Amino acid sequence: MDLAGYRRRRLVDLAVRGACVAATLVAVVPLVLILGYIVVKGGAALSPAFFLELPKPAGETGAGMANAIVGTLTLVGLACAFGVPLGVFAGIYLAEFGDNWLGTVIRFCSDVMAGVPSIVSGLFVYALVVVPMGRNSAIAGGLALAMLMLPTVTRTTEELLKLVPNALREAALALGVPEWRTTLWVVLRTAAPGIATGVVLAVARVTGETAPLLFTSLNNNGWADGIDQPTASLTVQIYQYAGSPFEDQQAQAWAAALVLVVVVLVLNISARILVRHRVAGAR
Amino acid sequence: MPGWRIGNLGDRLFRGIAATFATIIVVVLLVIAVALTQASRETLSAYGFGFVVGQDWNPVEGANEVYGALPFVWGTLVTSFLALALAVPISVGIAVFIAELAPEWIRTPTGFVVELLAAVPSVIYGLWGFFVLRPVLIEHVDPALSRWLGFLPFFRGAPLGNDVLLASVVLAIMILPTISSVSREILRAVPNTLREAALALGATKWEMIRSVVLPYAKSGLTGAVILGLGRALGETMAVTMLVGNKPSMSLSVFEPAATMASIIANQYPEAQGRQHSALTEIGLLLFALTLVLNILARLLVWRVGRLPGDAGRA
Repeated sequence: MDLAGYRRRRLVDLAVRGACVAATLVAVVPLVLILGYIVVKGGAALSPAFFLELPKPAGETGAGMANAIVGTLTLVGLACAFGVPLGVFAGIYLAEFGDNWLGTVIRFCSDVMAGVPSIVSGLFVYALVVVPMGRNSAIAGGLALAMLMLPTVTRTTEELLKLVPNALREAALALGVPEWRTTLWVVLRTAAPGIATGVVLAVARVTGETAPLLFTSLNNNGWADGIDQPTASLTVQIYQYAGSPFEDQQAQAWAAALVLVVVVLVLNISARILVRHRVAGAR
Repeated sequence: MPGWRIGNLGDRLFRGIAATFATIIVVVLLVIAVALTQASRETLSAYGFGFVVGQDWNPVEGANEVYGALPFVWGTLVTSFLALALAVPISVGIAVFIAELAPEWIRTPTGFVVELLAAVPSVIYGLWGFFVLRPVLIEHVDPALSRWLGFLPFFRGAPLGNDVLLASVVLAIMILPTISSVSREILRAVPNTLREAALALGATKWEMIRSVVLPYAKSGLTGAVILGLGRALGETMAVTMLVGNKPSMSLSVFEPAATMASIIANQYPEAQGRQHSALTEIGLLLFALTLVLNILARLLVWRVGRLPGDAGRA
């Protein structure tokens, strides 16, 4: 037996295994570094004023981002109002009636749409909404975000509806319930918690979006007078303060980053835990 | 039976509504193309194809006003491919670790942590890259690179901070989770009988991976890399904050550059007239580019099934 050859092969095997472990560590390290840094820098800058006050000129104390927090909530709320019904109905179509060429085309388009850069959706909404309206608005920002939510919500809805056992549909139909009521009241209800999880993940994604908001909802130093007005958001505010030469504004940016990361990660983690519980329960 | 007919009508109505909503997705994709073409017709007709190969970009109104997209196409390709070069080996390593090597109790949390990387918003990567990674590169990495590799054209010039290298490193971190989570699913789809056959012939784990698993997964892995590339091409905020936003076509990674997405984010809010049209046309180009790449990637990956991790870019 070729013992030297065997040793060499064992060594190569070990080396590759080591490299894979190292690669995994290399990916985990930046995450820990980024999160750690945000907690330290952001935590130091966070105060009650951050949540309660409006932005102030550099140098004045007690500035906050209350308007940006409300603005982000408004934008995400509008995105859900536009994107969720559309995505859920599209998902219903794909799952219940989508076994044809149209279904294939829609599925493909929704997958492709998931890859469209977010800044392109901003340009699109600018041309279609901001130009005719004549001003930036929360509606425009919400639409741009809704476009980014749409593929996720559609595909999640489809997958989860397909998991609903056919016996449920048959039972309802056998009782004389029309197909549309069966789908809405039986199938959709069964899948609702899972779809909610998909929506939460989509919300987590768009909450952190900046690029599509830059020229749709723009920014606002005070409160917006309605959803047809320019609206501040945490992400755009971070972008502007990150480029600021003033240290107190940079500190505000870190505080906003901390708030944003906490919200996004909590949404992500809770959605995933929810999924795991449900999967474990089904087994 | 009137009741039956009402039910039937409801069904048809419901089906019609669902079909309409679903078709909106297709319509939106088409309308994006039409709307962007419309909004960029001024430069489309003024420059034609010359826009794509034009090397000069001067948005100041007057005799010298000229628009060419080549520096931005160049910047986009350079940063994206550099990011790929950094991210692909690491991502495939992670995928192999999670799918082939790690015991069950390590597998799930590791995958989870890597996917959290995808959840961090882009603007926060920019913030972190600017205030934390930039000083580190300027003080430690850049001097070492220019000292040992300065004879290469890629490492010429004085490192200023906001440059191609910084943007690419952060981009690499951002596309890691995409490539690794798709690759992991691809590797999982490799039939176990193939693995067992290789091991039964006396292969070590690595020999099994190299000779059986990777060849089987080749087209799927290519798709995963293309998906990562698509993400890198369209990434906006972090790159805008780190790349310097100066149209240039240098080979050196120490030079500032501008990408297609970054120049839109940087100049669009203040743009007027023809510059608006030019920036929109760059957006149209970017849309077309990512569309082609995504279609290609989906075709390669699709037979493996549903892609994970589509939610996550921010």
